[in-house]
Amino acid sequence: MPCVLEARALVKHYPRVRAVDGVSFEVQQGSCFGLLGPNGAGKSTTIEMLEGLLKPTSGQVLFRAAPLGSHYRERVGIQFQSTALQERLTTRENLRFFSSLYPRSRTLAELIALCRLEEFLDRDSSKLSGGQRQRLLLAIALINEPEVLFLDEPTTGLDPQARRNFWDLVQGIKAQGKTIVLTTHYMEEAYLLCDAIVIVDHGKIIARGSPAALLAEHFDDSVLELPLVEASKLNDGVSCKQKGDVVEIHTPDINGAIARLLAAGASLTHLRIRQRTLEDLFLELTGRELRA
Amino acid sequence: MSNPVADSWRRMRAAAWARSLEFLRDKSAVGWNVVFPIFLVLGLAYIFSGPGQPMFKVGVLSPIGIVLDATLHPFFGTPQVQFYREDQRGPALHKVQLQRIDMLIDLRAVPGRYWVNDQSPKGKLLEQLLHGAGGEPLQRQATTGAQVRYVDWVAPGVLAMSMMFSCLFGIGYVIVRYRKSSYLKRLNATPLRAFEFLLAQLASRLLLIVFVNAVVFAACRLLLHLRMEGSYSALISLTVLAAFAMIAMGLVVSARISSEELAGGILNVIATPMMVICGVFFSIDGAPRALQIVAQLLPLTHLISGARAIMLDGAGLQQIAPNLLALAVMSLFYLVLGATLFKWRQD
Repeated sequence: MPCVLEARALVKHYPRVRAVDGVSFEVQQGSCFGLLGPNGAGKSTTIEMLEGLLKPTSGQVLFRAAPLGSHYRERVGIQFQSTALQERLTTRENLRFFSSLYPRSRTLAELIALCRLEEFLDRDSSKLSGGQRQRLLLAIALINEPEVLFLDEPTTGLDPQARRNFWDLVQGIKAQGKTIVLTTHYMEEAYLLCDAIVIVDHGKIIARGSPAALLAEHFDDSVLELPLVEASKLNDGVSCKQKGDVVEIHTPDINGAIARLLAAGASLTHLRIRQRTLEDLFLELTGRELRA
Repeated sequence: MSNPVADSWRRMRAAAWARSLEFLRDKSAVGWNVVFPIFLVLGLAYIFSGPGQPMFKVGVLSPIGIVLDATLHPFFGTPQVQFYREDQRGPALHKVQLQRIDMLIDLRAVPGRYWVNDQSPKGKLLEQLLHGAGGEPLQRQATTGAQVRYVDWVAPGVLAMSMMFSCLFGIGYVIVRYRKSSYLKRLNATPLRAFEFLLAQLASRLLLIVFVNAVVFAACRLLLHLRMEGSYSALISLTVLAAFAMIAMGLVVSARISSEELAGGILNVIATPMMVICGVFFSIDGAPRALQIVAQLLPLTHLISGARAIMLDGAGLQQIAPNLLALAVMSLFYLVLGATLFKWRQD
């Protein structure tokens, strides 16, 4: 796959803050690329430099191997983390307005179907629910048939159902071969949507690769979660970590661990078994919880 | 192949349309913009057009027992002027100095004398009325301004002041709100240029202001029988150019800030002195030279003096050319400054 977007040694300084500190990566055509990290890691600053809205202190962004030109904004679509729309305009009127700003645009019918806007087309955009609003903002980001779609924390603040609906939409867009750059601090979102990710912390990249490859590279075990009282019956030196009233047992041998728990007389009624996640990876790499 | 000029025009038209629609659907904003000037008109009508209400007060020093009527002097027959007797010249003259009365006439002296305060527009108008009234003792010159009422003089100032508030606050607050809510950031991610966005906001506001003020002016003409000696086309040209300059002034204020409170404070700092030194209620002819120079740098001064020249003296475009030129230069200056300073996002 050809590289469509490249960040070369991007640095962004603010007074007293080095928000982005030498970040380099490539985004392949037709892929979904994820920038992951906790709040304040430098994700939004990085994506705004990629969008051409923020000038790097040093470093360069290349779009199809060339510096960003004057028509770059006509070729990309952006959905911001939080943004207002023109008040007192309906969904349909907002779409019409934004489509007038581009030399060519998708038809409204296409956008309405793609982002499932039918039910609130004539509703004042200030009266939309969080999920509806994000769908409208996604439609606006897609209005010019962009070559690259930027999604900056698109599901932050949405309820779980609205978040899942939004993921379905993004997967549909991805299936059409669109290149997507996504920032998120939801590891599940990144795991589900992204083909390649970089994990950012304190303005630097601390890991990169596909989610599956990264997990395989760092972990060869699974996690058993048990209530503290049950896990305490096991005292044979397995790798354990207490999280409140729950203990996580990290083991590559689930059958063996369960056998030992049963032998120790522990009740497995509340046992949960899960695979390692990107959240575990972040903790492993930084020693901190991602959402801390 | 796209045409850059056509593309730019299309974007500006879309942004102006969106803003106009937003404003027209904001019932409270529309209500305020229409209701406030109408209240102003009604207020003026009540203050200046009530039956039997004197518009001018004149003190008269006269021998005791003489009745102050037209038989004594034709000026005393002037309607809308309240004549009353004063006993002592010193305190009465002080009232003229404080503009508590508009004129003092001394019939005890030979020949008769009168005093007016040079800084009082009402005094000047009364002087014209006095000259126009005829009568031997006080006649000094012929006059053509005998019919000018204070309401004719003050109405252009009051309407211009109302327009100034609408221009400054109407544009300033909106852009600051857009920036604060990150709507400007969203627009910045589109091909819309800053200059196009600003011109679109300006055009939307300008159309609205010119329309509202035309309605208010018509209501004033109807209710107050305002004097209108000049042409409507000259008045409209002046109004459009002045509104453009004052909206552009609002753009400069809102070019960078993201706080509505700060914007309100700065706009008040600009609007209040304009209200005082641009000649809305009082003539600035007698004001200190420095103040007059500052006033000449403000668009409201040129709007008011141009409108008075058109409405009271029948001036045409040629006579008000200096005002139009000053407004055109200010419009360009504020617009370029606003576009240069403009920032899409909060710092």
